[in-house]
Amino acid sequence: MDAMPGMPWPLPWPFDRTYMQLALVAGMVVGAAAPCVGTFLVQKRLSLLGDGLGHAAVAGVGAGLLVGTGPTWTALAVAVGAAVVVEWLRTRGSASGDLALALIFYGGIAAGVVLASRSTDANLQPYLFGSILTVGPDDAYAVLGLGAAIVATVAVTGRALLAVVLDEESARVSGIPARLLNVLLAVLTAVTIVASMRVVGVLLVAALMVLPVASARLVARSFRGTMLGAVAVGLTSVVLGLAASRQWALASGGTIVLVAVATFVVVSVFQAVRAGAARPDAGGLLSGPG
Amino acid sequence: MNLSNGVAPVLSARGVSFAYGPEPVLEDVGVELSSGEFVALVGPNGSGKSTLVRVLVGLLTPRSGTVRLFGEPPDRLRRRWRVGYVPQRLRIAPDLPVTVGEVVATGRLPRQGWWRRTRPADRAAVDHALESAGLADLRRRPLAELSGGQQQRVLIAKALASEPELLILDEPVAGVDAAAQRQFRDSLVHLVEEHGAAVLLISHELGAVADDLDRVIVLKRRVVFDGPPAELAATGVSLGIHADDLPLWLEELA
Repeated sequence: MDAMPGMPWPLPWPFDRTYMQLALVAGMVVGAAAPCVGTFLVQKRLSLLGDGLGHAAVAGVGAGLLVGTGPTWTALAVAVGAAVVVEWLRTRGSASGDLALALIFYGGIAAGVVLASRSTDANLQPYLFGSILTVGPDDAYAVLGLGAAIVATVAVTGRALLAVVLDEESARVSGIPARLLNVLLAVLTAVTIVASMRVVGVLLVAALMVLPVASARLVARSFRGTMLGAVAVGLTSVVLGLAASRQWALASGGTIVLVAVATFVVVSVFQAVRAGAARPDAGGLLSGPG
Repeated sequence: MNLSNGVAPVLSARGVSFAYGPEPVLEDVGVELSSGEFVALVGPNGSGKSTLVRVLVGLLTPRSGTVRLFGEPPDRLRRRWRVGYVPQRLRIAPDLPVTVGEVVATGRLPRQGWWRRTRPADRAAVDHALESAGLADLRRRPLAELSGGQQQRVLIAKALASEPELLILDEPVAGVDAAAQRQFRDSLVHLVEEHGAAVLLISHELGAVADDLDRVIVLKRRVVFDGPPAELAATGVSLGIHADDLPLWLEELA
């Protein structure tokens, strides 16, 4: 099997080729799933958890390359394990816990580099920064499966996760299993990282979890609106980023993230201008009285 | 309407002592509440009120003594939605985009099961909670746009959404204006009278509810008074008159 059924689908440029369509499938799954998880991370002020777990996951990639099994599942095992340990350390909330996080994150990426150097096919690059244009059908199906699991989990547990974000103590008193849900969120983050690995790479995945949310919450009035807006920004970044990377032969992962950055800048400026227009007196220096 | 009515107290604490360090915060505290009772817990600043609340709801474990909620130790209580808890203040980040309706709906989750679909009865309970807190018109508004008093009412509506049989409120009206306090009083009295719930209100500002209280408990590390407001008045402390400087008056109480 060299593609998904019916490929190439009749899509317009730049998605007219099979390799671009596989990239589009994987990219859109990640573009939707990463902001879903990111919405909770941003509100819990855990924006950098994705980055840290991404570093740790490199150890799994290195191990997978060394053993020759394909790094997706080894990365998943390592990232999920790291997520559980990190969440356990976080609940203990000690300063040594902070250092322990550094140990896990940098130990992970260092171990990954060393392990990969012992393998014959020692190319970490596609996993560090993404290589979406080389996504094969197997990769696309793996991303689809992981993405579906993420979205389904968020759909079922999202309200309870919101209850924990709002007030963890009250949630616990009323019988919502806050600790379990915190672990679940960390595990979801780990799964998202592995799903995003081939799309934007483990070093850039946190950007796709956090930046669309940062844009959406400038505009949104509700939590639901923030999440839907963030997913819209995530999908747009992937589609525009892929198109731009084909047009100008740019690195796709970096291009997708730069589109998300540009979106944030545009939305921020738009909001600032609108806030200024809503308060005429804030026009300041130029419109001051006589 | 409540099967446990008159059988077992909904809340009972006996001989409860607690300390964060060497200095005891609570000493041999005993508190009991039956369903349908509206009780205020007062005390000077630093008298251990908030600590006692945290012990009662199971957030802290007492050094000695026992706590029972509906006859069960707090950590073994099965249907936890029966206990509603309104924390001292809103810990929600001001930049979190979330509507009043969304916050109150999370209060229903313990009752409906946090993983289950929302049924019509759950929606109706959330609507009812919003209405009895006077928030029906504000449900689509972002929380950050509300005044301090309105935000406090959101917290109360959130606790009401699970239709608790015991509601514990930790200084919920601090710094809230008179109109908001009256609305607050109405929603509590509604809960006690219509639903037969027990309410334990920790507050300095009892002026608005002074006439509705069944009992007042005065805490100063230990319970120094437990009885009807009229009896407390006989000692020279009136909840209505000394509404503003109640902590100072309580300082004088033996």
